[in-house]
Amino acid sequence: MDGPFATAISLIATADDALLQIIGLSLRVTLSAVVIACAVGLPLGAALALARFRGRGAVIVLFNALMGLPPVVAGLLVYLLLSRSGPLGSLALLFTPTAMIIAQTVLILPIVVSLTRSVVEDLWAEYREQLTSLGASRLRAVPTLLWDGRVSLLTGVLAGFGRASAEVGAVLIVGGNIAGHTRTMTTAITLETSRGNLGLAVALGIILMALTLTLNAVAWGAGQWAKGRLG
Amino acid sequence: MSGGGILPLSLRGMGYAVGGVALLSDVTLNIPAGRRLIVMGPNGAGKSLFLRLCHGLIDPTSGQRLWADGLGRAKAQAMVFQRPVLLRRTVAANIDYPLGLAGLARAERAAKVAQTLERFGLRAMANQPARLLSGGQQQRLALARAWAMDPEILFLDEPTSALDPSATRIIEEMVAQFAQEGITIVMTTHNLGQARRLAQDVAFLHRGRLIEHQPAEQFFAGPQTPEAQAFLAGDLIW
Repeated sequence: MDGPFATAISLIATADDALLQIIGLSLRVTLSAVVIACAVGLPLGAALALARFRGRGAVIVLFNALMGLPPVVAGLLVYLLLSRSGPLGSLALLFTPTAMIIAQTVLILPIVVSLTRSVVEDLWAEYREQLTSLGASRLRAVPTLLWDGRVSLLTGVLAGFGRASAEVGAVLIVGGNIAGHTRTMTTAITLETSRGNLGLAVALGIILMALTLTLNAVAWGAGQWAKGRLG
Repeated sequence: MSGGGILPLSLRGMGYAVGGVALLSDVTLNIPAGRRLIVMGPNGAGKSLFLRLCHGLIDPTSGQRLWADGLGRAKAQAMVFQRPVLLRRTVAANIDYPLGLAGLARAERAAKVAQTLERFGLRAMANQPARLLSGGQQQRLALARAWAMDPEILFLDEPTSALDPSATRIIEEMVAQFAQEGITIVMTTHNLGQARRLAQDVAFLHRGRLIEHQPAEQFFAGPQTPEAQAFLAGDLIW
């Protein structure tokens, strides 16, 4: 086994600079996208759960459908938006990490919105009379419901993180996979594999898997702890 | 606390219908301050609906619900449900929550929470997660939370129907104490023993109509309607 795996292990063991740089950028992009998607998606999902308006069903279906939006399509949309002739072309964001954050936010947002809506809607059915009786308006109920649904919501946030960290299409299109600038773990794996440089590809694959595994273990542990602790 | 402002509550021909089906019709009733009114009736008579309409969780589709102050300030009312909904936070935080909604200042809230915990023997569990308490403790907390809101009137919807006898006794004692302090009580129950212990006045609902309303001694001594007679007789048989 003196092949890609040995190379991969040595790259990881020596904390190779290029490797660390790629991991750092990937985390920065994906975590930023998760934070933005949560900041927008949690209140939006909760509002969608509590509000009653014409076309609400259509909005819910749209967000549910967008959960399956192919990353390349999301990338393409953001590309059209940011390209020089696009509506936001003057910002010159294409092929920057910012563009990648935008594209991944577009991917994660529907997951956060849909899951939040579902969790908050169920909680509201249970809490509605009591919260109303205690004097909470619908608007005031939103933070209460989000907080009481925090354990379930964490799952949704993690699903979003998983989707963003695993996708390659969107960041490749809007980032351009420029070495040292917009190269992430997934785009690097794609490139290095096609170049036959399997060592780096495998190293990144291992780290990506380890990262996902760790996050899910932490989330599961937190969920179990919360169940025992919060009831 | 009695005569504080929102009472009496007068219901004038209050009714509630869904899709043309009347679930409650033509209830005319005066709820004066400082009384303990027990609402009785067979299952499906509309007891819970009656409470929800009074409390304002639902608005009547016919007739009127008139508070003395014209509004029935929500802050002067509280309700305890059959199954209390406690927030996923500590016992103390559950008591604090409605006080925050009512806009009380932080120091005032802290004092009130401490006072409430002390009074209802909840201090030892102040920092426990409310959802992990036993059923009886949860209902005790729900009543304590309602008390902390300083209501003029307290609605209770079969608060002990899911509890064992000792927990039931504690809840009944709390309700009796609240009444002594001048809080007006409106409570539904299908437990006749409980109704006898707590009622000053009885309202008897049957198929969505108020068919009897009188002082408790008179009601239990001899109800006027055959429905109420049958209901009380059922109690003797069972």
